[in-house]
Amino acid sequence: MATITAPTSQKAAPPGILTHPATRKLLALAALAAVLVPLAVTQWGGATWPSALTVDVSEPLGKASDWIIDNRDSHPLFLYFFGHVSNVVVIAVRAVYLALLAVGWAGVSAIGALVAWRVAGVRLALGTAAAFLACGLLGMWVPTMQTLALMVVAVLASVVVGALLGLAAGLSDRMDRVLRPVLDTMQVLPAFAYLLPVVLVFGIGVPAAVLATVVYAAPPMARLTSLGLRGADKEVLEAVESLGTTARQRLLTARIPLARKELLLGVNQTIMMALSMAVIASVIGAGGLGDRVYQALASVDVGAALAAGIPIVLLAVVLDRVTGAAGERLGESGRSPVTWLYALVVAAAVALAGRLAGFLDWPDGWEVDIAEPVNRAVDWMTAHLYSGVPVVGGTADWAGHFTSWVLNPLRDGLQWLPWWSVLLIVAALAWLIGTWRTALTAVLAMAAIGVLGVWDPSLDTLSQVLAAVAVTLVVGFATGIAAARSDRFERLLRPVLDVFQTMPQFVYLIPVVALFGVGRAPAVAAAVVYALPAVVRITAQGLRQVDPAALESARSLGATSGQQLRQVQLPLARPALLLAVNQGVVLVLAVVIIGGLVGGGALGYQVVFGLAQGDLATGLVAGAAIVCLGLMLDRVTQPTERRAKKGA
Amino acid sequence: MSRKRITVAAAVLVLATGCGAADMTKQASPFANAQGAKTVTLSVQSWVGAQANVAVAQYLLEHELGYRVDTVQVDEVPAWDALSQGRVDAILEDWGHPEQEQRYVQDKKTIAAGGDLGVTGHIGWFVPTYFAKKHPDVTNWKNLNKYADLLRTAESGGKGQLLDGSPSYVTNDKALVKNLDLDYQVVFAGSEAAQITQMQQFAKEKKPFLSYWYTPQWLMEKVPMTEVKLPPYEEGCDADPAKVDCAYPVTPLQKYLNADFAKDGGKAAEFLRKFKWTTEDQNQVSLMIAEQKMRPEEAAKKWVDSHESVWKAWLS
Repeated sequence: MATITAPTSQKAAPPGILTHPATRKLLALAALAAVLVPLAVTQWGGATWPSALTVDVSEPLGKASDWIIDNRDSHPLFLYFFGHVSNVVVIAVRAVYLALLAVGWAGVSAIGALVAWRVAGVRLALGTAAAFLACGLLGMWVPTMQTLALMVVAVLASVVVGALLGLAAGLSDRMDRVLRPVLDTMQVLPAFAYLLPVVLVFGIGVPAAVLATVVYAAPPMARLTSLGLRGADKEVLEAVESLGTTARQRLLTARIPLARKELLLGVNQTIMMALSMAVIASVIGAGGLGDRVYQALASVDVGAALAAGIPIVLLAVVLDRVTGAAGERLGESGRSPVTWLYALVVAAAVALAGRLAGFLDWPDGWEVDIAEPVNRAVDWMTAHLYSGVPVVGGTADWAGHFTSWVLNPLRDGLQWLPWWSVLLIVAALAWLIGTWRTALTAVLAMAAIGVLGVWDPSLDTLSQVLAAVAVTLVVGFATGIAAARSDRFERLLRPVLDVFQTMPQFVYLIPVVALFGVGRAPAVAAAVVYALPAVVRITAQGLRQVDPAALESARSLGATSGQQLRQVQLPLARPALLLAVNQGVVLVLAVVIIGGLVGGGALGYQVVFGLAQGDLATGLVAGAAIVCLGLMLDRVTQPTERRAKKGA
Repeated sequence: MSRKRITVAAAVLVLATGCGAADMTKQASPFANAQGAKTVTLSVQSWVGAQANVAVAQYLLEHELGYRVDTVQVDEVPAWDALSQGRVDAILEDWGHPEQEQRYVQDKKTIAAGGDLGVTGHIGWFVPTYFAKKHPDVTNWKNLNKYADLLRTAESGGKGQLLDGSPSYVTNDKALVKNLDLDYQVVFAGSEAAQITQMQQFAKEKKPFLSYWYTPQWLMEKVPMTEVKLPPYEEGCDADPAKVDCAYPVTPLQKYLNADFAKDGGKAAEFLRKFKWTTEDQNQVSLMIAEQKMRPEEAAKKWVDSHESVWKAWLS
């Protein structure tokens, strides 16, 4: 196949070229293209992917789907394997849920606060209690407990699975080589792409939701476990080894304790990923808070969606801070088991008192209705901003212009480009910024999209991603620079970023439609809102970490503050900026896909369609294309340094 | 890891799980029946009419029959699957899925028909009435091409825009546009919420639009719409999805129950089978939920308080 020959012959290039500057890489690629492109063109001309090179997978997929539905209640594979998996999940979630209900709202809040107090201090304890009470005040106590039960099971399972995989990768080089690309890839996949296969096997419901969450949340745990084990201090290990310990003793007494920080960071990451999945999984019947958000959106009720979204944000912020603080406090002394005992006794007492006083279900009278004022505010906003605003024009006009002047030309341009030239561009970009390996992966991923027969919709999605990334980077870099230069601005910004990072994307889909209409523009807008916090954060952090000595010397040379920024800070923060680009691209892709729900069309719509109609052929092919697109975008934007640092 | 330990681990695994077959098509939701309450799980589809059915059924089940009701929002086709597995006990409003009906009701017998809902559904193409008044001839499909220019948007490119909704809805629009030779582009809003928001924005500015829509639907009361006549529906004219060139049929909406629930569901199953109301009733509740932003249970209470004679019959 012409598509893969290009990169394979790059493999044959002498290693010396790799050490030479970018021009050499481009020259090599150009030489290669000069040979292969004419071949490809004479064989398969035209702009879109040649139909001779596609594989139609819809029939086998349709058959597979029928087979699963017909055999789900009789085939041994389902009865003796999947059935038990599903059963265990249901029993576990139910057990946690019943326990939470039995402890009651007073008990759960008290236990949460006391645990937070012991691991993270008084301030976070108060915050935790306030967060739980806020969930109750919003009238969301039972859904919050449902989500919490699901999260507890999913996070535990993710941590166990992730830790085991990480252990394997940390101890065996061969496992590491096998697992790393898989984990790398899973990290960049949009959550939406996971749903359909899981639903097909397990059906709509909690087991499917938990398993999709585990698949999504386990990879960071595995990566960080392996990283922690591999990063352990060599000298300490040698010292332990010289004591004549066995391999297992070394692992248990030295390597794992030394990796504590990474392990806790892994748990933290896993929790965040699992929570972000909580809402998306409601599409496949997870219930709980996510389902409330989803149902509220059906009646275009932003206020009610927000009432269910806020508890998710609160849970996420609290869990993030508490596990983060636990990681920082590691190694500090003074954590005596006695205070833990006190905490336990107090918690039990509160729970018991709550039980005796009948404080199990959240009292109805204590609920605050925020839906109405929020809806009024949203209505006012959309009524006054939608169109006819003097001078600048309304948001609908912007959306229209953005669609006709940016999105349409970009999409048409990409689709007009001959397919081989798209591959060439991908190869060139990925090779320039990375190695021939990343270039090869990127080109193969792009070619796979063509083979699956979704070339045109994928380029449509790609055009939305590119437009959104451009906007995100301009706004994000500007805000990040401002935040790096002013402490007060950064302090103001931090809670806003926290909220937007954890707010379920579904919540702002409707306001976005109200402002920008239906189409690709709102999808892009939602993606920008979602990706912006990460970009701002990484940019600000990168700029702040620039060596103060370098800045000082620039200042003493009389550089103005603009010159300092341009000539010292930005160049020195280049790795961080590249990372920001990479993260921005991955996050934008995730939301552009969800944009299928607001008229984004293309791959996102196909996944939604597949889920909604139970149409495996459409949904799975689009899901696979998203995976490939994500892989390609990640490789094209992945700086070499990151890869080198991760290398063992 | 030694081989012996693997064997032991495998044995433990088999002991822990392999005590027999586990049929996951018979597993209920983990949130069901908490604290000894009898629970009914109802599927809510994403449109508000369906929410209205569920809200009223839920209110009566909880307050008159003492059940605890869980609701799950599921799209139409997956809902059939969930119903067959017992993950939900009932679908209260189905718009006709012959393929699923054949598979689950006739062949596998895991779903039982639950009778008419009493509401008649109709899908069609609609324009806002203010637009139809200004251009009366737009209500016939033959004249649609004349108005393509007026209905153009950034999304539809050089053609007129035909706004479609959620991917889960039954639609032949792409085939219709092609087979009727219309100068239109089908733009999928991707969800009903997005579609409604867009139509409301258009209506606020009295802009013309053409949309796939259906009745009964509460939005009709807020944004009065007139149907565009398509070539009349005849039996079988929509048999081949690629060759459809006729209007959508009129569908008496149906209820379906999980087969086991229908047998052993006691009063709840009996009640859901008898649940039957009119289009006006449903619209009243839908409007309260979607337009007045009342909570579904409040809307249901309001309706229940003023329509005792209707629902008393369902409980007898």
